[in-house]
Amino acid sequence: MLIARVVGDVVATQKHPSHEGLKVLLVQPLNLDGTDRGDAVVAVDSVDAGVGDRVLLATEGYSAMTSVNRPNSPIDMAVIGVIDQVELVADAAAP
Amino acid sequence: MTLGRVIGRVWATVKNASLTGQRLLLVQPLTPELNKTGKPLICLDSVGAGAGELVYWCGGREASFTFLPVEVPADRTIVAIIDELSIERGKDS
Repeated sequence: MLIARVVGDVVATQKHPSHEGLKVLLVQPLNLDGTDRGDAVVAVDSVDAGVGDRVLLATEGYSAMTSVNRPNSPIDMAVIGVIDQVELVADAAAP
Repeated sequence: MTLGRVIGRVWATVKNASLTGQRLLLVQPLTPELNKTGKPLICLDSVGAGAGELVYWCGGREASFTFLPVEVPADRTIVAIIDELSIERGKDS
């Protein structure tokens, strides 16, 4: 899982039947210091997250499709939580 | 899933039997600002996308679930044609 920021919405009428009724978000993965980590991705939403929210992003198929109750679907990314707080213990991260 | 634009098509007469009748499209990955990122790649199509259209695709094993009960040997499948994108990037993101 990754920390990410919701940066937008995606609207698509013509889509795979397994995606119908799902909210789809544009999500930018983040590093621990808050900088961008690679390119933004498209993820289905399982927690009603909104633009600007810092969220928990599942980046693997099984967890992503389970979070929206659509087993065996072509879904590989999902927002599975809205992050309240991240605590980083500096000493613990040191080598 | 990842954003991209369909930039072409690939034909293969000889292919895995489960891919018969399926379309293979050339896709350029894009950032949400619609700038190119990375190199073009080939995706299977499940929604009837055509050249110039903005799409997103699913990657990995899940890409082969699109045509269940047939499991197709695809590692990327287009699953939606995008009508509208809205982006809001704040100062802190």
